[in-house]
Amino acid sequence: MRLPLLALLARGPAHGYELKQDLELLLGSAYPQPNVGQIYVTLGRLEKSGLIEGEDVEQSSRPNKKVYHLTDAGREALHAWFEETEDEPRVRDEFFMKLALAPQTGLAEQIALINKQRRQYLNTMRNLSKLAAAENRDNRIAHLLIEGAMLHLQADLDWLERCQEELEELE
Amino acid sequence: MLRAEGLVKTHYGEGAPAHAVRGVDLSVARGEFVAITGPSGAGKSTLLHLLGGLQRPDEGSIWLDGERTDSYSEARWAVERRKAIGIVFQFFNLVSNLSVADNVELPALLAGVPPKRARAEREALLAELGLTGKERSMPGELSGGEQQRVALARALVNHPPLLLADEPAGSLDSKGTREVMRLLSRFHGRGQTIVLVTHDARLASAADRVISFFDGRIADDAALDGTPSRKPGTSGVLELRD
Repeated sequence: MRLPLLALLARGPAHGYELKQDLELLLGSAYPQPNVGQIYVTLGRLEKSGLIEGEDVEQSSRPNKKVYHLTDAGREALHAWFEETEDEPRVRDEFFMKLALAPQTGLAEQIALINKQRRQYLNTMRNLSKLAAAENRDNRIAHLLIEGAMLHLQADLDWLERCQEELEELE
Repeated sequence: MLRAEGLVKTHYGEGAPAHAVRGVDLSVARGEFVAITGPSGAGKSTLLHLLGGLQRPDEGSIWLDGERTDSYSEARWAVERRKAIGIVFQFFNLVSNLSVADNVELPALLAGVPPKRARAEREALLAELGLTGKERSMPGELSGGEQQRVALARALVNHPPLLLADEPAGSLDSKGTREVMRLLSRFHGRGQTIVLVTHDARLASAADRVISFFDGRIADDAALDGTPSRKPGTSGVLELRD
């Protein structure tokens, strides 16, 4: 959450609740709603590390709100963020260990494990399809997020299929 | 609505015989949307062809609406496919020298529907599928996604109780795939029974039941209820990590 909040502040000063709304608008209903408490905690940490600064703004009949802006160090951190490439997604190693170790335990069957895992992925895929159908058609960013998740899941399903092909031959 | 028992089909070509379907029992209820997935070469298309009478099983039987089809002639199957079973294929199989309108109306006219009604049906379906204005186009002038929608209109023009779809998005891009998925879901929502063969899990997830097909056999048969599991599931997949 740290860098996305910094990135939102690159546009101009904002207070915590505005940032929450900006995130929701950008990412659509698909993205798990950011918790406003979490946003305030993150903003506090960013301020402590000197990446943003907050100013109290008086409000009549309501408690003061704190408006944050990016510092030079914050801008620098954002530059570094965009400069870096990200790590590759990892193979679901916990499932892989189950699959690899099942035969010698005599406690589970590999094909049964694969079938069970596939059912879960397919159900998740179905939920993603429903999310995509419910999401505003014009929100491209939100649709790309869902599509990315679906393609990852598709790859996981393809890999399960490969496992099943290989392991069924051995039976 | 559709039942199969002990289906076996072996292809004899060059080389070793290919055991495409090796003992399949299957039952599809009215209104169900069933997807059959599996790796290519697993025999899932052959299974669909058996269900539509495009190929005959070596062993086993198929019942359509409780009626056993063992003794059906080619001509009888052709009548079923005109009236009771709509089929869409990966490569659309439209008649290339007929216009879009004629492609859709032809099966209705062959089934003895009066021309006026065939035309009305065609107009309604093309409008529904977003193809108004394309009536006079030839199939070759359309994009893949549009051709598949024409094929869908043709398959549904006689209101068949059962729709069979063989890799309907197999030659479409991601956008075309989503379009097919949306349309199948919509027709299913109105009660259309659908059996879909696909290797695409995204497409399969539109169904409410997924059969995993491996090596000529059913490896798993799972109802997708879409109930969120206690694990992170959908939101976990979508969570952007810091």
